[in-house]
Amino acid sequence: MNRNSTLGGLLRRPEAGAFLGLVAVLGFFAIFGGVTFLLPGGMASWMNVAANLGLIAIPVGLLMIAGELDISVGAMVPFGAMTVAVLSGHYGLPIWAGIAVTMTFGVMIGLINGYMVIKSAVPSLIVTLGTLFAVQGVVLGLTVLITKSTSVALTVTGPAKAIFGDFVMGGQVQVMVLWWLAVTAGYILFVHFSRYGNWIFAMGGDKVSARNAGIPTERMTMLLFVLSSTSAAFVGMCQAILYNSAQVAGGQSFIFNAIISVVVGGVLLTGGFGSVVGIFFGTITFAIVTQGIYYTDFDRNWSSLIIGVLLLCAVLMNNTFRKMALASAPKKVAK
Amino acid sequence: MSTILSLQGVNKSFGPIDVLHDINLDVKAGEVLCLLGDNGAGKSTVIRLLSGVHQPTSGQMVMDGKPVTFRNPREAADHGIATVHQFGGTFPLMSIGRSFFVGREPTRWVGPFRIYDRRKANEIAVKAVQNFGITRIDDGDRLVGGLSGGERQALAIARAVHFGARVLILDEPTAALGVKQATHVLRIVNEAKKRGLAVIFITHQVMHAMAVGDHFAVLIRGAVAADFHKGEKTREEITDLMAGGASMSALEAEIAASA
Repeated sequence: MNRNSTLGGLLRRPEAGAFLGLVAVLGFFAIFGGVTFLLPGGMASWMNVAANLGLIAIPVGLLMIAGELDISVGAMVPFGAMTVAVLSGHYGLPIWAGIAVTMTFGVMIGLINGYMVIKSAVPSLIVTLGTLFAVQGVVLGLTVLITKSTSVALTVTGPAKAIFGDFVMGGQVQVMVLWWLAVTAGYILFVHFSRYGNWIFAMGGDKVSARNAGIPTERMTMLLFVLSSTSAAFVGMCQAILYNSAQVAGGQSFIFNAIISVVVGGVLLTGGFGSVVGIFFGTITFAIVTQGIYYTDFDRNWSSLIIGVLLLCAVLMNNTFRKMALASAPKKVAK
Repeated sequence: MSTILSLQGVNKSFGPIDVLHDINLDVKAGEVLCLLGDNGAGKSTVIRLLSGVHQPTSGQMVMDGKPVTFRNPREAADHGIATVHQFGGTFPLMSIGRSFFVGREPTRWVGPFRIYDRRKANEIAVKAVQNFGITRIDDGDRLVGGLSGGERQALAIARAVHFGARVLILDEPTAALGVKQATHVLRIVNEAKKRGLAVIFITHQVMHAMAVGDHFAVLIRGAVAADFHKGEKTREEITDLMAGGASMSALEAEIAASA
């Protein structure tokens, strides 16, 4: 029963590959860039990137574990930013009203995504590709219609600023990092310790069997889509509050970056396997590669190459670890 | 022995296509009913009716003497009808314990949180499978995908029995298995029967059916072509029946003549 405490047991866990990848990337940048990126100033740079990405990557990863995909997060980030900026910046509504409406819209678009995936037999990649473009269109069209501009200013002061869009710990770390750490802890509890996590894995393993076993697969699917779109809207909203402005464009990079973080984190693209800790490691790895390059003598244009190679290595390594996990018969019984 | 579940004059059509005509079957406690038939004979549709995936177009299902309708698989499961599919209906990348308790996870309180009780789940799952004679499974943390086909079937059957199934529907449990694995599964079928379950065993392997069956029904083109008990027919007769009268021995004779 204490199999997980052995080295072999650790290697068979979904996050094993992600952890080794993180160590490799840390080593790489420590050698070529010195240790400055591990000092507080350097850490802040990749922690901020990881926090923004991680808040989106975890729900996207959970959807992937459940056998679904949500790429509309790419549009939900500017949507969240623009909604709060138009409401509380352009129209001058109280910031809390802007936040409440933004989050409500986030939930609603998640419900729409989930409902369409459940009711149509269309793969969620296509459904959310549709909402990705639809939401982008709405954001661009309405913003230009209302404000005659593609960029809207927003000034927030007081507790809302401190909670959602400020710097903490000496002025370099975004408050988002605290959100990210707290939310990650919540997800770990939800996915790996509550019974509901088991349902997500079962849905990704075999949806029909999961339903036959009495799991409310439709409600769970809706919940996961709501989590991902609301998280993306939240990240966009916090960015608008932090930077005092919102743009209609941007956010598309979150689609691929989140998927890369999730896959590097050991989640199986076809569902049924993965872990929140793995996604956490995958996100940090991604952030270190994109930010660590600044601390080296390399031209930063090479960072995409590193990420590409990293992704391929991660997938191959994760496949190997998964095979090991499947093949792990207890040696002591072999006769 | 008492009849648990029966189909009475059941018809099923999908649009204009009639799939089942006037099916009458009785499923008794402590008895293995073998549902035999060639591909496309309607065996799968019968299972889907019994497990609540489809509903009869006409006729009725009676359980414990009362007419029942299952609007979905969950309702059938609530009545104690468990279906185990060819590949065990289990989740290859989940641990044995988690897979066993899927949808019914045991939990315990830790402070304010109700968490999944891994130790208890693993213990019960391993014990339940071992009770069916699969002693090789002793670690509930192992992934289901690492088990052999027969072990997965055993896990699925043990799971159904553990959660109080009264009618166990086994859909081609031996089709994908080797000879030795298949005998394991047949032994488990027999064990389930001894525990008083009504077993519906779907197969087109006559040998496997004859090994465990008490009661046989042969489906041909959606109708019950023959309904008989153990010892009433020989293997050759059953094979010929399943092939719809096209005699296997005639083919053998033909090949022998041309050789």
